[in-house]
Amino acid sequence: MGCKVDYKKINKILTELSKEYDIYAPKRFLKAGRYSDTDIIRYDIIEKAEDIVFDEKSDFPAKEVLGPITQTLFYFTEDEYRESKVSSKKILIFMRPCDINAMEHQNKIYLQNGGYADLYYQRLQEKVKIVLMECSKGWDTCFCVSMGTNKTDEYSIAVRSENDGWLVDVKDDEFKKYFEGEETSFDLQFVEENELEVKIPEIKNKAILTKLKTHPMWKEFNSRCISCGACTIACSTCTCFTTTDIVYDENGNVGERRRTAASCQIDGFTDVAGGGKYRTTPGDRMRYKVLHKFHDYKARFKDYHMCVGCGRCIDRCPEFISIVTTVEKMAKAIEEIEKEEC
Amino acid sequence: MMNPIKPIPCEILEVKKETELEWTFKVKTDVVPHHGQFMQLSIPKVGEAPISISAFGDGWMDFTIRAVGKVTDSIFNKKPGDTLFLRGPYGNGWPFNEQFKGKHLVFITGGTGLAPVRSMLNKCYNGDVAKSVTLISGFKNEEGIVFKEQLNEWKNKFTTFYTLDRDQIEGWNVGFVTEYVSKVDFEAFNGDYEVILVGPPPMMKFTAQEAMKCGVPEEKIWVSYERKMSCAIGKCGHCRIDEVYVCLDGPVFNYTVAKDLVD
Repeated sequence: MGCKVDYKKINKILTELSKEYDIYAPKRFLKAGRYSDTDIIRYDIIEKAEDIVFDEKSDFPAKEVLGPITQTLFYFTEDEYRESKVSSKKILIFMRPCDINAMEHQNKIYLQNGGYADLYYQRLQEKVKIVLMECSKGWDTCFCVSMGTNKTDEYSIAVRSENDGWLVDVKDDEFKKYFEGEETSFDLQFVEENELEVKIPEIKNKAILTKLKTHPMWKEFNSRCISCGACTIACSTCTCFTTTDIVYDENGNVGERRRTAASCQIDGFTDVAGGGKYRTTPGDRMRYKVLHKFHDYKARFKDYHMCVGCGRCIDRCPEFISIVTTVEKMAKAIEEIEKEEC
Repeated sequence: MMNPIKPIPCEILEVKKETELEWTFKVKTDVVPHHGQFMQLSIPKVGEAPISISAFGDGWMDFTIRAVGKVTDSIFNKKPGDTLFLRGPYGNGWPFNEQFKGKHLVFITGGTGLAPVRSMLNKCYNGDVAKSVTLISGFKNEEGIVFKEQLNEWKNKFTTFYTLDRDQIEGWNVGFVTEYVSKVDFEAFNGDYEVILVGPPPMMKFTAQEAMKCGVPEEKIWVSYERKMSCAIGKCGHCRIDEVYVCLDGPVFNYTVAKDLVD
């Protein structure tokens, strides 16, 4: 059961909620795109319904809310480490099912891997409530159905945006008081079929995996991939970061330790002081990323692959490399290897 | 909420110059690590780096550091009485009590690869914890030799092969450590032994191959890896190889696992 709310009322509710919550949603930044006269849509704090972009896929994922591209870990005053603080407000995020499912991966790495919970992620994640943005069609680079991430029931409120207002389904009692009256039926829709379909190949044993790692298919990326890392920044599930210390002024007494999103696709990701270096070609790095997404992560955590099929990496790649085509090539390579084995 | 990456200030007790570029810093700490674990060392406003523990005892730890980066260069400006920031210990460490104790142990190290096994060598030297110890230790040149006094001391109790890549000096062999693997009489150990390798990646690879040529089974070979790390707690992703995180599942790996890891 849902209810229909007009925009005037929605904005009143959002204003009311803003007292308690920082409300994040995909927002349009005019002329901020990478080509002239193009916009960018990314997550930011919103104030009113009109700020939220429903009819286009955001260029960047929702993960930026809990894992900002750059964030301060500690402030230094001489030899003292002081932890950075966060807003006392709770967090409400408008997300599509792919982004909601991606949060599961972020949680796995930041809260569980190795038995350590990352404080900086945890302190934000603990106060998140989710608003599901109904997504029933997707776009031409989406393949959420193939990844099984087109559906979710992890939300407090679900929203369908219509011309004259929102249809909402409120699951969480905390929010019910805002949406009283005007009850109407709301049959929440999910994407049932994408234009893009992909079958993730199974790598049956170590011997096949080892051969796949040295398969010539990866060499193609040496001339195609420019190692810019755009795919991993746009990725809903990538979590890697690098820590750097910076100093504010010339006398060097005050500064901070920062964490910045990093990419395994960029040269230098593995550089060790003293000259150690691994994965020196774009092909090696592509193999590393693709196998992480479609083999290694699942091999470690035993549940599902580290991709939600949001297709943002395809949208963002300046070289038009498609992860779907790459997985198809990998499937073909595996077939070849299996035939040789027989 | 606990912050696992908050470092703790520790006093530097002693600084010992092993070579021009490699110094050992003795630091005051109550942390009791396992052999082969590492700590994150940091200096505010400069940065953080993973450094293996080259010895430890009651209330102290040694770090043998090579000045090759921003953080390590800055640590070299520190004197006894100054502060170093530490967090850890991290990683699995050597399975000393579980696998090594009471057996014939063969250590093969290249350069400062001697540091992460030094605490085990000390333990074997000071007590009867191994049936026998063989140490094959190689360095690039005379200037690169670390733990000189201990290397000499260890000769008293261990079977040793010390070698320099090219330089000829008295009491030292010439050549790579790989050339000395076949000098170890593995058969005499009657299956009751383990081989521990630490050094640069090519050295570990070729030494493992050499050992296997001498009949050493894969599962008796142990290696320790060095990778870039930002967090050391399985979050930053820099040290991941396949499904393995070097900071969590390593840095020590049995060769049955290590041989399949492709960076």
